[in-house]
Amino acid sequence: MPAYDIEIILNRQLADCLSMPVFITDTTGNLIFYNESAEKVLGSRFEETGEMKVEMWSTIFKQKDEEGNLLSPESLPLVRTLHDRYPYHKTFWIESLQGKSEKISVTSYPIIGRAGKFLGAVAIFWEAKDL
Amino acid sequence: MKIMIRGVRGSIPTTGPDTTRYGGNTSCSVVAEGDTILVLDGGSGMQKFNLLNNTGIKRIDILLTHLHLDHIQGLGFFNPLFDPTLDVHIWGPTSTSSLHARLSRYLSPPLFPVLLRDLPCKLTLHDIGNSSFEIGPFTIESRYVIHPGPTVGFRISNRRSVFTYIPDHEPALGSFELHNDKKWISGFDLASSADLLLHDAQYTPQEYQNKLGWGHSSMDDALKFSAIAEVKHLLLTHHDPSHSDEQLDHFFTNLKSRNNYSFPYELAAEGMQIELP
Repeated sequence: MPAYDIEIILNRQLADCLSMPVFITDTTGNLIFYNESAEKVLGSRFEETGEMKVEMWSTIFKQKDEEGNLLSPESLPLVRTLHDRYPYHKTFWIESLQGKSEKISVTSYPIIGRAGKFLGAVAIFWEAKDL
Repeated sequence: MKIMIRGVRGSIPTTGPDTTRYGGNTSCSVVAEGDTILVLDGGSGMQKFNLLNNTGIKRIDILLTHLHLDHIQGLGFFNPLFDPTLDVHIWGPTSTSSLHARLSRYLSPPLFPVLLRDLPCKLTLHDIGNSSFEIGPFTIESRYVIHPGPTVGFRISNRRSVFTYIPDHEPALGSFELHNDKKWISGFDLASSADLLLHDAQYTPQEYQNKLGWGHSSMDDALKFSAIAEVKHLLLTHHDPSHSDEQLDHFFTNLKSRNNYSFPYELAAEGMQIELP
């Protein structure tokens, strides 16, 4: 497999230096990198799992609203970014496979390279604050 | 293909008795085969170019990795640009503005008295990025690499050999060390299994710790990058302008003592010529 575009590599290198959980996907949503902070969210280590197909990592936790209703994938920031290549932000609840719930905010943005080419997307998870 | 090294100094031309052996001119190399001549970068090593004399060659191609001054300052003193009988093609990385617009910033007053559009040669500019193109017997791949501003490296192939040119490159940026996963290494595709690689090695490891993000590599990172890419022969270039010949010899001796790579590697020097089949 050829090396990733430089814009993807630089995003990983930035993520490597950050203490916020950062997830990087390709253009179809496959998880190609997550940093050390994101490992705690996923409950697995990147060195062990490597890249994850979208079908696999999208089932690791359920996304819910304040009332505990399941959110549709289409309403989630990263999915929306992958769909229309714009940044999004949303606060919601996630429930892990172990049943642990946590309120988080997610910011996503597209990676659009020098030639205007869409290369992937980044999602940053924040500890949710009541605004 | 024949490779001629004409400038190996980084950042600024550095002339004087302390730099005569490795040379003080900034980045420029020439790749030639038959009637095809590629000039890689337009640093001060570009001046006094006389390879076309009495050859009948009517075309020359200049491949720019990026437009930092040490890679274009020789352009205004490159004789073929002033020859109305010659076709000169300049290939360089694009950004939000065209190569023409960006080069014109340098080749115009007050920085230079001659406007780009007034050069007497028949000039053609080519915007490139992650590109593939052919010139004479060469197939050329350009790929963006890690260095401030739009910067590419070149992989130049004929039917038998590969020469890779990445004079300004910081693949270890942001990491504690180079990734072992090849997909995540800037420049890997360019250098993979190359017969010869000319690569940035501006700093000692100690110096690099104070120059993180400046866009250049330590000598040790250049070696590790080459080993991962399974390069067959490495030339270390873009020598820091503060390094004398004597210091470079000292650094290289230390480099060899702490590394045990099996492929040959050496410091690039002005005037070197290497033939690849």
